[in-house]
Amino acid sequence: MNDMTKPSSLPQHTPTQRHARALALFDPTLVKPAIAESFRKLSPRAQLRNPVMFVVWVGSVLTTVLGAQALAGQGEAPAGFILGIAAWLWFTVLFANFAEALAEGRGKAQAAALRGSRRNVVAKKLAEARHDAKVTVIDSASLRRGDIVLIEAGDTVPADAEVLDGVASVDESAITGESAPVIRESGGDFSAITGGTRVLSDWLVARVTTNPGEAFLDRMIAMVEGARRKKTPNEIALTILLVALTLIFLLACATLLPFSLYSVKAAGGGSPVGITVLVALLVCLIPTTIGGLLSAIGVAGMSRMMQANVIATSGRAVEAAGDVDVLLLDKTGTITLGNQASAFLPAPGVTEQELADVAQLASLSDETPEGRSIVVLAKERFGLRGRELHDAHFIPFSAQTRMSGVDIPAAGAVREIRKGAAEAVKAHVEALGGQWALAVYDAASEVARRGGTPLVVAEGKRVMGVVELKDIVKGGIKERFAELRAMGIKTVMITGDNRLTAAAIAAEAGVDDFLAEARPEDKLKLIRDTQAEGKLVAMTGDGTNDAPALAQADVAVAMNSGTQAAKEAGNMVDLDSNPTKLIEIVETGKQMLMTRGALTTFSVANDVAKYFAIIPAAFAATYPQLKVLDVMRLNSPDSAILSAVIFNALIIIVLIPLALKGVKYRALGAGALLRRNLLVYGLGGLIVPFVGIKLIDVALGVLGLA
Amino acid sequence: MTAVEAGSAFNTAVSFVTNTNWQGYGGETTMSYLTQMLALTVQNFLSAATALAVVVALIRGFVRRSAAGLGNAWLDLGRATGYVLLPLSLLFALFLVGQGVIQNFSAYQDVKLTEPVTYQQPKTDAHGQPVLDAAGKPVLDTLKTDKQTLAMGPVASQEAIKMLGVNGGGFFNANSAHPFENPTPLSNFAQMLSIFLIPAALCFMFGRLVGDMRQGVALLAAMTLIFIAMFAVVQWSEMHANPLLTQLGVDGAAGNMEGKETRFGIVASTLFATITTAASCGAVNAMHDSLLPLGGMVPMWLMQLGEVVFGGVGSGLYGMLIFAMLAVFLAGLMIGRTPEYLGKKIEAFEMKMVSIAILITPLLVLGGTAVAVLSKDGLAGLANPAAHGFSEALYAFSSAANNNGSAFAGLSANTPFYNILLGLAMWFGRFVPIIAVLAIAGKLAAKPRLAVSAGTMPTHGPLFVVLLVGAVIIVGALTYIPALALGPVVEQLQLFGH
Amino acid sequence: MKTLIRPALTLFLLLSVLTGLVYPAAVTGLARLFFPEQAAGSLIHRGGEVVGSALIGQSFSGPRYFWSRPSATSPMPYNAGSSGGSNLGPTNPALRDAVKARVATLHAAQPEQTGPVPVELATASASGLDPDISPAAAYYQVERVARARGLSAAALRTLVAQHTEGPQWGMFGQARVNVLKLNLALDQQRP
Repeated sequence: MNDMTKPSSLPQHTPTQRHARALALFDPTLVKPAIAESFRKLSPRAQLRNPVMFVVWVGSVLTTVLGAQALAGQGEAPAGFILGIAAWLWFTVLFANFAEALAEGRGKAQAAALRGSRRNVVAKKLAEARHDAKVTVIDSASLRRGDIVLIEAGDTVPADAEVLDGVASVDESAITGESAPVIRESGGDFSAITGGTRVLSDWLVARVTTNPGEAFLDRMIAMVEGARRKKTPNEIALTILLVALTLIFLLACATLLPFSLYSVKAAGGGSPVGITVLVALLVCLIPTTIGGLLSAIGVAGMSRMMQANVIATSGRAVEAAGDVDVLLLDKTGTITLGNQASAFLPAPGVTEQELADVAQLASLSDETPEGRSIVVLAKERFGLRGRELHDAHFIPFSAQTRMSGVDIPAAGAVREIRKGAAEAVKAHVEALGGQWALAVYDAASEVARRGGTPLVVAEGKRVMGVVELKDIVKGGIKERFAELRAMGIKTVMITGDNRLTAAAIAAEAGVDDFLAEARPEDKLKLIRDTQAEGKLVAMTGDGTNDAPALAQADVAVAMNSGTQAAKEAGNMVDLDSNPTKLIEIVETGKQMLMTRGALTTFSVANDVAKYFAIIPAAFAATYPQLKVLDVMRLNSPDSAILSAVIFNALIIIVLIPLALKGVKYRALGAGALLRRNLLVYGLGGLIVPFVGIKLIDVALGVLGLA
Repeated sequence: MTAVEAGSAFNTAVSFVTNTNWQGYGGETTMSYLTQMLALTVQNFLSAATALAVVVALIRGFVRRSAAGLGNAWLDLGRATGYVLLPLSLLFALFLVGQGVIQNFSAYQDVKLTEPVTYQQPKTDAHGQPVLDAAGKPVLDTLKTDKQTLAMGPVASQEAIKMLGVNGGGFFNANSAHPFENPTPLSNFAQMLSIFLIPAALCFMFGRLVGDMRQGVALLAAMTLIFIAMFAVVQWSEMHANPLLTQLGVDGAAGNMEGKETRFGIVASTLFATITTAASCGAVNAMHDSLLPLGGMVPMWLMQLGEVVFGGVGSGLYGMLIFAMLAVFLAGLMIGRTPEYLGKKIEAFEMKMVSIAILITPLLVLGGTAVAVLSKDGLAGLANPAAHGFSEALYAFSSAANNNGSAFAGLSANTPFYNILLGLAMWFGRFVPIIAVLAIAGKLAAKPRLAVSAGTMPTHGPLFVVLLVGAVIIVGALTYIPALALGPVVEQLQLFGH
Repeated sequence: MKTLIRPALTLFLLLSVLTGLVYPAAVTGLARLFFPEQAAGSLIHRGGEVVGSALIGQSFSGPRYFWSRPSATSPMPYNAGSSGGSNLGPTNPALRDAVKARVATLHAAQPEQTGPVPVELATASASGLDPDISPAAAYYQVERVARARGLSAAALRTLVAQHTEGPQWGMFGQARVNVLKLNLALDQQRP
């Protein structure tokens, strides 16, 4: 993997592109369909999926009927009051629907953006797996798994497929946003091609690996779409708790009727508590806040993953990401930047500056990290600035020559500058009749021995010298690992390097542990051993030989650039093929669980204030003494009950941004995190409704509604 | 003694099997010595030992990794009885006899009174029906006696296990208020201590078995915190005199002494009331029905919390562990991990069982009370009028469903209606949670035990204690506030609201 | 199934015998050995006759005796075969009426006492067999008994003081006077 001749094996973060795809929270293009969808979701079948909101729905229907009865002159309370309650109960249901619809809308918009690239295209289906076999031109939608296709320069890849024959450069920018083309060839770890990408040069013969609609992206889209969405294990557990709480409050409210009948008899005054008030009390008490936002939180979690260009194959995987104890990180690309130019080693008779100059010229058009690093190094060392080269002809890296460079017309002649692996340049120079310098060969060997990568530069048939590429630890990665450590997550660096080199880099990067000279089976064993200690393991991988380890890991992120086998074994695919993404994935998983917990706590804590509002109001006529409990000093019993119901509905809308964006993630230890969230959402949940209900009550008073 | 009526027999059998020890009857007037010993003392031992075996099974569920079994219940039952309950009971019984608790098989002892007593008694006809006068009131006979009959029996041996096993069923009707059951302030103190002895010790056993003493101490701390706060409320309440009585010229300085014994006074009575309801003991040394409204609400609420503040032998700990799982579930989510407790993930199945265990008692308590206050038979049993009558019914079902056994004893519970309804409440209140707990234990044992890291939520520090207390209080409060508001809260406001 | 039921039955029988027969018998034997008086009920003998238990109160209503606490047992007060309290709730009118009647009786019997009535004399005990009253409740009655018996109030106060038991070990419970013992002492002093 760290063979420098494979360009762009280190895709970089492309945050700007991702954010361009992100929509504003209440983007009008999302809000309008979401509003329409909220009404569509009023159907009982849709409501049954969410037991808590179903109870609210039933309450809405019930109070509406009671309101109609009151209008007909036989109401248990004034029609205005009952209908006021009924209206706000309907709003409660609608607000919850809206939250869910909005989250789904966002998810679908993101998926659509990703899918935009896979419009149906023309596919060249081959009769057999040969370049020159008979071609049938068909629509990509009718391709099936196992079909063989030919993709030539300029063609769009019709489906996810595995290369059988040929070598080609492929533009994957539609999926990854990375502009530099990548090489795809049969066998090894770079044989997978993704539907929607474009072949730039050469041709490929490939076998289709997925049926239409089964690709990862399609699975992901299914997960954000309401009807087909499956609840994740943790969501199920939480739903059980919410149902239990709902049943408890149902019991508390239902028994209140007989209790109140007894009380009226015992006190010899007042009237029994009405159905409307009981329904209002019930809806206020059951956890509607979390119940209404629960599915939105889950969908938003998926959608945050997609925003990070990660496609999860199940919601379970996203949740498991939050539980991870150990991250297995490949050294190159994740922890280190990979090779960066660190020294110019000129050939005999060449000055260092001459070499730097030539190497910079050769790299000006080279957008790979290595190429850029050479330009930068030359500038730092000798003040050589990047130059505009007119009439220069750039020779891109090609799989056949394994070299890149530039042809510069100068004084009638053409300066042909090439750089590449020692073997490739040697062949090139010798082909031109040049002399291969032994000193250069020695220098290259020396660099390799030090753990670096030698890059040989030649101008024409003259070998200019060696550029030393050294592995550089990424900036900020040490801090990132320290954060992970604070969260209780251990990092283990996996590298093929020898122990000495590995130890040095591990120390520099601040990982907790490393596995040197790692073979795929060592990786698998490490995962098994770690799991046996009761830890959950996350890893990234791209090669076919990573597949067993990916299958064993609890959270396995396959690089999109990786083989089909790797993608099948993992439970997430990173479209950017950026191994550092693992850290973000863990954070997103945690954030989703945290948001659920925080809103549940908030929801339950809210009940205290609602009791103080409703209980004195409900029994004002029977036991006026209970007025003492009305600590908020609300206008009237009716206003108190209405205010509580309105607060209960509005809080859902207020919390939609939190549900969709997630609780702000902080790299803290469990104890500190819990204390913080308990304070914010527990204590906050106790206090906020007292203030909110009072304010609504005052507003109702001002408006003359109470 | 005549044969016990069927409804009462059912109620009593359930009562002692479930460790509730609710008594619709007065022991000295109903049960023979042999029944008290063979049926009741035995069950005092066995029901406590059973709960011990259950909690040990649950702890093993936490401790064992990917295991198929939870141990041998018969062996646990035998060990609990033979190594713990019997030896302790023997020593404690002897101590109690030393203080004056009787232990004999003698016939009831007649005593010649120093001053003969004149009393009135409703006249009955040949069929045992009261004779009514023209106005429909019972005709009273005036009688005189110079004899007092002292009930006797093997009291100390039952008393010891009644306390140590947190059973609470008294040999006599007045329970630990009876001078032969609880003769001195010292015996009273020892009885209180013995109620808490095993439930508190189990927290340490838990800590030791899970290999981290701090885990047990955290549970104990949570229990202690709730207990102290609750005791403070009862004590504060009972220090006040009943304002209705001070108006009549009664000295208010000594507090509310109705239904309390002089030798215990206010403090030892309120402390006993708090302990006996915090633990699911149900023995009483003062009549809870006569506590002031808030003073009576606290024991009621302590039971409604699910008897987890020390609670019964075993049942208190497993109840608290249920709440711990609930607390951990919420808190675990808040730190962004699948919730885990002691290295075991708390997932859908566990939450289902936790929900069942937490749901069943409110269902029985609120449902039962609702039936009682709606039906004629239920209302007929209420001895006190108005809000206090409601409290009596609520207390009875709280006590039965949570297997406490104490009562607002004015309630005439020895009727077919209450015997059957409360019997059912005791049965389901006991065994549904046990089934849920055993199901959790089995499931947990089969799971791998996860390693502890900085990302694991600590379940031993003050933060967790606060969280656990919060979970217990919030669930208890949210479930019962409306009912309590219509009972003791309103009565308190009526009494002191002016 | 059989493998489940057999050990269950065997264990149940074994434990029943152990805890239901052997254990009470052992306690009884040991109790008789070490604490014969207490085990039998702390009985008080006077002239070969059992006149009470030191632990169980008796009802006194005549002017010549110190009165015990009101007792709610039925049919007669201090029925030691059927213990129990009044179970009247604090807001129950019946409690108010009962206390009103007791206060009236006390005021009628000892008109010289105009202060607040000690709460023990106005309220029923938990067991209905409470043997004790507070020293305050005893002193409250001294004038009446002195008058009825022709004794000096001072001598009676001394007698009450002699029969006042402090808190046990100085820390448990509160000061109290055993009414039966006090009255028996009274009878002995001047029958």
